[in-house]
Amino acid sequence: MEVPILKQGAVLIATFQAALSDADLNHLRMGLVQQVVKFRSRAVIVDVTAMDVMDSFASRTLREIAHMIRLRGAETVIVGIQPEVAFAMVQLGLTLEGVATALDLEEGLAYLTQKFKNTD
Amino acid sequence: MSKREGGSKDPGSRHPGVELVRSEAPSELLRELVAHLRQNRTQLREEWVVRITETRLLTAMTKEEIFAEATSVYDSYVEALETEAFEALQAYARNLSERIIPRGVETHEVVGIVLLLRDVLARSLFAKYQTDFKKLNRILDAYEPAANRIANTVAVGFVQERERVIRQQQEAIRELSTPVLQVRERLLILPIIGVIDPQRARQLTEQLLRGIRTNRAKVVVIDITGVAAMDLTVANNLVQTVEASRLLGATVIVTGLSPEIAQTLVTIGVDLGKMNTVGDLQGGIEQAERLLGYKVEKLAEPR
Repeated sequence: MEVPILKQGAVLIATFQAALSDADLNHLRMGLVQQVVKFRSRAVIVDVTAMDVMDSFASRTLREIAHMIRLRGAETVIVGIQPEVAFAMVQLGLTLEGVATALDLEEGLAYLTQKFKNTD
Repeated sequence: MSKREGGSKDPGSRHPGVELVRSEAPSELLRELVAHLRQNRTQLREEWVVRITETRLLTAMTKEEIFAEATSVYDSYVEALETEAFEALQAYARNLSERIIPRGVETHEVVGIVLLLRDVLARSLFAKYQTDFKKLNRILDAYEPAANRIANTVAVGFVQERERVIRQQQEAIRELSTPVLQVRERLLILPIIGVIDPQRARQLTEQLLRGIRTNRAKVVVIDITGVAAMDLTVANNLVQTVEASRLLGATVIVTGLSPEIAQTLVTIGVDLGKMNTVGDLQGGIEQAERLLGYKVEKLAEPR
C-alpha cells in the first residue's frame, strides 16, 4: 500500500493509512528519506490519525525514520496519535522517546513554524 | 366387571382408581380464570390494596399513588396470565421499577406486593371453585405456574433495574471525582483527590487523554495534593499518563507531591527525569502559563 507523501513548502507530510504491513513500513522508511534528500526538506510530519493500533514494529520504524531524517538535518513530528493508541503504547513501553509529537497536523505545522523561526 | 348404570353418573366412576382427564385444555381454563379475575377486578384490587396497607408495604407512596400503581399492576398481571407474553411483563416491570426506585421502594416491598396479589387472586379462586375440588385443582394447575413466573419476572426486573441505576451512579461518581478542567486556552488542570486504585488511575488517564484531544491542550497540570499515598502500580500509571500525554503533544506538570509520595517515588525508582514536577498548584499554573507564553502582570490593587 502506497503511503501518500505531500509537499508543503519545506515540509513533507506522510499520512499513514490504517493497517500498514511491515513491508509497507520498510518501504516507507526508505521512501521518506529519499524524498527528504530530493526536495531538501527541513521537516517531515507523519500523520498517524488513521492508525487505531500501533505495534512495536511500527513504533520502532517511526523512531528509525526520525533518526534517519535527523541525519539529513531535518526534523520529524509524529501527529494524530489517538488517545486509546497512546494509552496502549505507553503500557507496552513504546514511548517514541526522542521524537517530537503533536496533537494533529495543525499543531505539528505550528510547532515547526515556531522552531524554524527560532533557529533562523 | 361392574354393571353399567344410568348415564348420569360421573364417567370417572366407571373405572375405579383411574382419574379420567376432562377435555378442557389448559388454555381454556386460563381463559376462564382470567375472565373471573377481570369480572371481579374492582373488588379484588381493593382487597389487594387493603392487604398492602395492612402489611405496611409501599410506605413511601401515598394512597392515591398506591391505588394508581395497583390498578396498572393488576391489569398487567391479568394480561400476562392471559397472553403469557412475559416480554411485555418484563418491560412493564422495568418501567415500573424506573418509576418507583427513586421513591425509595425496596426490593422486598415489590416482591411482597406481587406475592400478596398472587394470594388474593388464589383465595378468590378457592372461593369460586370450592364446590368442585377437581376443577379447583385443574384451575390451580393452570394458575400457579403462570403466577409464579409473573412474581419471578417482576422481582428480577426490579432487581435488574436497581443494578442498572447503581452502575450508572457509580459511573457518574467516578467521572465527577476526576474532573478535567480547562483554566486557560490550551491549559488543563486535573485535581486528584482521595484514594487512587488502579481502576480509578486508568479511568483518570483515559479521561485526561480524551480531554487533551477535545480541548487541544498543550499543558496539563496534575495536582495530587489531595492524594495521601501512592503505590507502585499507581506511580507507574502516573508516569504512563505523562508519557501518553506527550504522545498527544501535551506537556504534563505534576504538583502537590507530599513528602510521603516523594519518598515513595524515589524509593520505587521512578525515572523522575520523565516527570516535570513543581511544588504546589499555584507554582504549577505559573509554570504552565510561562510554557504557553503567557505573562501575568498585576495592574491594580484588589478593590
